[in-house]
Amino acid sequence: MKVLVPVKRVIDYNVKVRVKADGSGVDLANVKMSMNPFDEIAVEEAIRLKEKGVATEVVVVSIGVKQAQETLRNALAMGADRAILIEAASDVHTDIEPLAVAKLLAAVVREEAPGLVLCGKQAIDNDMNATGQMLAALLGWSQGTFASEVAIEGDHAKVTREVDGGLQTITVRMPTIITVDLRLNEPRYASLPNIMKAKAKPLATRTPADYGVDVSPRLSVVKTVEPAGRKAGVKVGSVDELIAKLKDEAGVL
Amino acid sequence: MAVLLLADVVAGALATDQVAKALTAVKSLGPVTVLVAGPDAAAAAAEAATLSGVAKVLLAEDAAYAHGLSEPTAALVVSLAGDYEHIVAASGALSKSVLPRVAALLDVMVISEVLAVHDATTFDRPIYAGNAIQTVKTSDAKKVLTIRTATFDAAGEGGAAPVETVSASVDGSLSSWVEDRVASSDRPELTSAGIVVSGGRGVGSQADFALIEKLADKLNAAVGASRAAVDSGYAPNDWQVGQTGKVVAPELYVAVGISGAIQHLAGMKDSKVIVAINKDEEAPIFQVADYGLVADLFSAVPEMIEKL
Repeated sequence: MKVLVPVKRVIDYNVKVRVKADGSGVDLANVKMSMNPFDEIAVEEAIRLKEKGVATEVVVVSIGVKQAQETLRNALAMGADRAILIEAASDVHTDIEPLAVAKLLAAVVREEAPGLVLCGKQAIDNDMNATGQMLAALLGWSQGTFASEVAIEGDHAKVTREVDGGLQTITVRMPTIITVDLRLNEPRYASLPNIMKAKAKPLATRTPADYGVDVSPRLSVVKTVEPAGRKAGVKVGSVDELIAKLKDEAGVL
Repeated sequence: MAVLLLADVVAGALATDQVAKALTAVKSLGPVTVLVAGPDAAAAAAEAATLSGVAKVLLAEDAAYAHGLSEPTAALVVSLAGDYEHIVAASGALSKSVLPRVAALLDVMVISEVLAVHDATTFDRPIYAGNAIQTVKTSDAKKVLTIRTATFDAAGEGGAAPVETVSASVDGSLSSWVEDRVASSDRPELTSAGIVVSGGRGVGSQADFALIEKLADKLNAAVGASRAAVDSGYAPNDWQVGQTGKVVAPELYVAVGISGAIQHLAGMKDSKVIVAINKDEEAPIFQVADYGLVADLFSAVPEMIEKL
């Protein structure tokens, strides 16, 4: 079984986000970029399936600017076999919307015929939490979202999901789309020899036009602002003072 | 134009607080029809009909919609979509799974975690873990939205909307339910509680998390946790407060042993009053706390429990 894993190049999760003064968006110029952390978990899960003999090949695909090659090389260094870059933007500030990404991925799925697509549940830049579900819809496939445990059992997958009240286990018919949550696994670091080896692994470059997909956005950004800040309050010296303030000043007890 | 609001039904009961808050968020968009789906959902539909501002309730009573399975639920919503310009739901595990699927089937973008509705096409939503708020305008004819309900007041009761039965033929073969592992608790529900007591990595172990629970019980509060505490196994996943967990805005939020990573702040910074108890006086949580107590939680929390 072939496994397809979409990966997104996003601002590194340790970088402090700065909103541009003109309100046009978040400043990404000369900022450290990395693989979306949820996608890293998806890549790791795919590689583990290959190590267990469940998957035969792990193909990673990224949609965005040319520099997303680095993200794909990183996934190859972790252990993916082959990569596809769909160059859909020239400016790092252009975010291709989940609907357009899902349409491109659906075209890749038709070409590659994977038995499983593993996606991060959301990207930490637009926080939309949509691509996997949209891809499943376009393909008419089942979906298992927010997975914290995955087991492939023949023509079904058993997925344990992180839901509002706790955990829910469902089975989904293969082929399927699974979106992964934080606690599915701990992604490995790529070793230096594997980083070197990854440079020789195949990376194909395509464009949205190759797939006949229109990636024009449906949403236009009116403005981007920093959230209203909260002011630090006071430090209290003791538990007694804290309880007194909550009772008399704040009136919440 | 009309609004279709997908309600979350858990074990036959309406998620009333979430539905009532979502109602407030979308009431400016037009008359709201609430869709209640599931086996034995008639009581939930009757309850939805009593909420103020509901024009109509659609009841789809079928075993196919049990446990919120995404594929049949999305197919049902799509079958009803023709009559509505806006398709909305309170943000939660159900809507986050179902509505993007609905949007793709309708060939429109989903707009998730909406914080404010400006007009029929313009909405605010958080990006970058709440580090920025973006105002977006959609060009799609149909708008599919999930609503971050924490800051909206719940619509009251007093409605008497008619309940109509609907059905759709759906393919139930794509997925099936196996089990729910849901801890039953007498505590208030996290996203609607008036007081939340949360513990972080500073609590140190699953056993010591009992101290957080004890303080919560003393205050009749819900229990929350930081991602660090959940990742370390001190607390279950459904207690996680933050950008990828639950977003809460109680009257009082007590953060114990929580450093205050931005991802956590995104989930609680709209709380009315924030208390932080942490032994590290440099912890970022103190920058958002109304009342900060620099102290060892293992002495401060038992003292609080005793004196409250």
